[in-house]
Amino acid sequence: MPIFTAKTRDPHFDLQDKPPLRDDDAKFASNKITVFQYITVAIFLFLIAGFWRLQVQDVTAYREAADRNRIKSLPLPAPRGKILDRDGRVIVDNHSTFSAILSRSNFKEEHLPSIAEGLHMDMEEMESRLKRFKNQPSYQTVFIKEGLTPGEIQFVESHNDQDTFPELELIHSSKRMYPQYGVAAHVLGYTGEMSEAELSTPDFAQFNQGDVIGKAGIERYYNDILMGQDGVKSVIVDNKGQIQETLSNTQAIPGKTIQLTLDLDIQIVAELVLGGRRGSVVVLDPRNGEILAMVSSPTYDPNKFAGRIRKADWAQIINNPDNPLLNRAIQAQLAPGSTFKPIVAMAGLEAGVITENTTFFCPGSATFYGHTYKCHSRHGSVSLRYALAQSCDVYFYNVGNLLGIDKLAEYAGMTGLGQKTNVDLPSEKSGILPSTQWKARQVRTKWFGGETISVAIGQGALIVTPLQLAAAVGGIAVGGIWPKPHLLKDQAHVDPSRKADWQPNHILNVVGGMYSVVNDNFGTATAARLPGIEFCGKTGTAQLASNDYLAKHKEIKDNAWFVGFAPRVNPEIAIVALFEAGEHGKDASVIARNVAKAYFDKKARTRRPPQVAYLPFSRRTVDN
Amino acid sequence: MATYRSFKDIDWAMLVLTLTLCMIGILQIYSATHDSIWKDAWWKQIIYVVTGLMLMWIIMTIDYHTLLGQVPILYIVLIVLLIVTFIMGKKVFGASRWIPMPLGFRLQISEFAKLVIVLMVARCLTELKGDTVELWDLLRLIALVGLPMVLVMKQPDLGTSLTYLPALIVGIFLAGLRWQYVLGFVVLLAISIPIGWPLLLPYQKARLATMVDPYADPHGTGYQVIQSKIAVGQGGMWGRGATHGTQTQLRFLPVPHTDFIFSTFAEEHGFVGVVVTMGLYFLLLMQLVQNAQTAPDRAGMYICMGVASVFLFHILVNVGMVVGQMPVTGIPLPLLSSGGSSMWSMFLMLGLVNNVRLRRFVN
Repeated sequence: MPIFTAKTRDPHFDLQDKPPLRDDDAKFASNKITVFQYITVAIFLFLIAGFWRLQVQDVTAYREAADRNRIKSLPLPAPRGKILDRDGRVIVDNHSTFSAILSRSNFKEEHLPSIAEGLHMDMEEMESRLKRFKNQPSYQTVFIKEGLTPGEIQFVESHNDQDTFPELELIHSSKRMYPQYGVAAHVLGYTGEMSEAELSTPDFAQFNQGDVIGKAGIERYYNDILMGQDGVKSVIVDNKGQIQETLSNTQAIPGKTIQLTLDLDIQIVAELVLGGRRGSVVVLDPRNGEILAMVSSPTYDPNKFAGRIRKADWAQIINNPDNPLLNRAIQAQLAPGSTFKPIVAMAGLEAGVITENTTFFCPGSATFYGHTYKCHSRHGSVSLRYALAQSCDVYFYNVGNLLGIDKLAEYAGMTGLGQKTNVDLPSEKSGILPSTQWKARQVRTKWFGGETISVAIGQGALIVTPLQLAAAVGGIAVGGIWPKPHLLKDQAHVDPSRKADWQPNHILNVVGGMYSVVNDNFGTATAARLPGIEFCGKTGTAQLASNDYLAKHKEIKDNAWFVGFAPRVNPEIAIVALFEAGEHGKDASVIARNVAKAYFDKKARTRRPPQVAYLPFSRRTVDN
Repeated sequence: MATYRSFKDIDWAMLVLTLTLCMIGILQIYSATHDSIWKDAWWKQIIYVVTGLMLMWIIMTIDYHTLLGQVPILYIVLIVLLIVTFIMGKKVFGASRWIPMPLGFRLQISEFAKLVIVLMVARCLTELKGDTVELWDLLRLIALVGLPMVLVMKQPDLGTSLTYLPALIVGIFLAGLRWQYVLGFVVLLAISIPIGWPLLLPYQKARLATMVDPYADPHGTGYQVIQSKIAVGQGGMWGRGATHGTQTQLRFLPVPHTDFIFSTFAEEHGFVGVVVTMGLYFLLLMQLVQNAQTAPDRAGMYICMGVASVFLFHILVNVGMVVGQMPVTGIPLPLLSSGGSSMWSMFLMLGLVNNVRLRRFVN
C-alpha cells in the first residue's frame, strides 16, 4: 500500500469540477462500441481468409514455389595478381579451372563416399577437409576439389540436382600456374589453403579459414598485393539445380600484378647449369641490389601446391632427404671456406696489418697456439695477390692472427655477413659471424686464438648464406656500397645502402687478387675464364667437419663455392655458386662462369627486340 | 480515504491472453533465429516481457485521471523527444528512429507516442462541450495528432506514424461526428490522393505498388511479400513444425523475428496455428472492448477504445502484410514481434486499460 492509489480524482483534472455540460455517461456510445466489435470480427475474418487462401486453397502452388526456392551462395574466387620478370614476361599466371564445392547447409553425411568416388578423391582426405570447417558458419562453402577433369565436371553437373546431391556445386575458379620443372620455385613460393594452425598466428589474422594465401617466397611476402578479394553470388536455384535468378552479385576484386627484378633468361640458365645438383646460384646487380636470378636445388613443382595440395604429393616433398622446400640461397647456412678470403684481405688492408706488398712464407703448414694448421700446398713466399690467386691458407692464417677475431668480425660485418640481408622473402637466415662477444653470448665460453685461425680461411663457427656472400663480395667490388638485395622491381632503392669508407687502392688490391684467381695461369679458377670479359672471383672448398672426422667418414664431401663479379671495372653482376658436396671450388666456378656468360651474351643481344622466354609454361590442360 | 484495490480487480483474462501471446512470440523468435546472428533475440524478448510487466504495474498505480491531467506535459515531452530522435537518432536501416541508451539499448520514441496520443485523444474528447465533435475541435485534434505524425513520418517511418490515426478516428467516431464532416473528409481525401501521391518517397510508392502486384518487382520491394506468402503457403493446414520451416530457416525472409514473425509462425504451425493465435488476439480485443463498456466514465471508455483501436490496427496491418493484403509498412505485431520499445509501449497501453478497470466501481 498504496499499490493502487486512493486518489480517484486528480485536483488538476477533475471532471466533477467541470460544469456538467452533459451527463458523464460512459454508456452513451455503447451502440458504437458494438459497431467496433463487428468491424473487428470483419477484419479478423478478412485476415483469416487470407491465410485460408494461401494455406489451404492454393497450398500446392506455394509448396512448389517454396521447393523452387533454394538460395545458394556461390563464391567467386578472386584471381591472384600475376608475377612478371624484369622484362615484363609472365612468370606466374592463372588459368581458369572448375572446382567442386560443397554447401554445408544442406549436406548429408551419407552422400560423402559417393561424391568422393565420383571426384576420385580419398574419403579420408574429404573428411579431414570438412573437419577443418567445423567451426565455421554453415553458409560457408567448402572447396573439395580444384582443377576438375572433364569427367569429374560431368559427374558434378549430372549429380547436383535436388534428388541426388543438392549440396554439390560447380564453380569457376582460377588455378595458379607456375613455370614447369620448378623454375624459380623458391623465389616465387606457392599458395595454399589457410591451415588451422595459421589461423591463430598474427600474420594471417585477417584471413578466413579456407582462404588461399601465399605460403612461401614472393607469394607470401607480397601476399597482400597479390591476393584479391573474393566475391560472392547468391542465386535462387530450382529443384534441378539450375540457376533461376541471381539475387546479388558481389564481384571479385582481382589481385595486383607485380614485377620482379628476376631475369627469366638468367634464371633458367642458372637452373640448367646447376642441373639439379644440390646447391644454389644467386646473381645480383651489386650497384642496386636487384636480384637477377636465385636458384636453389633440388627444386619442387609449385604447381602441385597451387591451391590445395594432395597428401601424397606433400609427403613426397617432405620426405625428400635433400629438402627441396629449403631455399638454399637464403636459408642454407654454410661455412664459406676460401671465398671468405677476399673479405679477410680487405679487413687486413683496411686495419693496416698488411699492405699490398706484405708477404708471408708458406712451408705447407703453420703453427699457431701450439697447433699446426695445414695448407693444401707449399707456396713459398706469397704476396697478397698470389695468396688470393692460389688460395694460400698460411697467408690468411697470418692475416687473421694479426687482425684478431674482433677486428675481422668488424670488417666482415660491414659487408653484411652474419646479418639478414632483409631481402623481400620470408624466413631468411642470418648466418653467424663469430666474435668474442658472440661466443660469450651464445656459447658462454672464452674465445680461443686457434678459432681465429680457422675463421680466417672461412671455417670454424663462421657460416653464411649464398645471398649474403654474393652481396658482400659484390659490394666490395663496387667500392664498398651494399644496397639491400631485393626482388620487387618498382622499389626505390637509392638508400638504405650500407657504405664503408674504404680506400680505393685497397679495394683494387683485393679485386686484382680475385682477377688473378680466374685470369692468371696460376689461379685456382682458370676454367672460369670468359673471353672478352674480365670475370673475377674466388673459389672455396668448405669442409663440413674437422679433418680427423672426415678421414673416417669418406661419404661427407666438401662443399664447392665460387663467388665472383664481372666485369672487373664497374661490375654489373655479382654471382655466387654453391655446389654442395662438389669437393672443389673449381666445379662451382664453372657454374658461375656459365651463368655470367649468359648475362653478357644477353647483354650483347639486347639491341634485338626482347625475346620470349623459351621454357614453355605448363599447358592449359586440366591437371590430374 | 484510501481504498485498497485487490488483485482480483485486475483483468486476469486479459493478462493470461497477453502472456500466452508473449510466450508464443518468444518461442517463435527462438525458432526463427536460433542459428542466425539474432540468436540472442529470444532471451532479450523475455527481458522485455518481464520489464514490460513491471511497467504495466507502475502505470496501473497512477490513477488515469492523474495521467489525463498531465497530458500537456506528456505531449510536450513527446514532441521534444521526437525532435531529439530526429536530430541525434542513430542511423539504423537508413532511418533515424532510435535514441541510443546506456547498455546498448535503444529507445524508439515513436512507439511510446501511441500511448500519449491515446491519452491526449481521450482528454480532448472528454472535454468536448457539445454532443458532437465541432469543426474547431476536429481541427484541433487533427493538429495535435498531426504534429507527432509529421515528425515520425520525417524519420522516415510512415508505418509507425499511421498507427497514431486509429485512436483519433475511433475516438471521433465514438464521440459522434456530423455526417457533413465525414462527407467533406471523403471529398478532401479523394482530392488529396492525386496531389499527395507525388509527395510520397519512392520507397513508399513502391510499397503501395507492391501491394497491388508483388510480382511486378520480385527482387526489390516485392521480394519480402512474395517470400512471406510462400512461407505462409508452405505451412499448409498443420505447419512444418517448430524450427522446421524451410523458408524461415533458409533465411528467405529477411529479419524473420520482427515484422515478419507471423509469416514464420504461419509456416511452422500452419492454418490451425494461425486460427488459434488469431483467436487469442480476438479474445484480447474483446476483453479490451469489454473494459471500455464497463469504464466508470467517458475518459476511461475513450482510453480503452483507443488502446483497442491501436491493437486492432497493428494486427490488421501486420498480419495483412504477411498474407499480402496490406502494404509492407514495418509495423510490429503486438506482443509477438521482437523489440523492446514496441513491447513496452504495448504493455503500458494494456496497463492503462487495467488502470481504468481497477477504478470502475469508484463512486
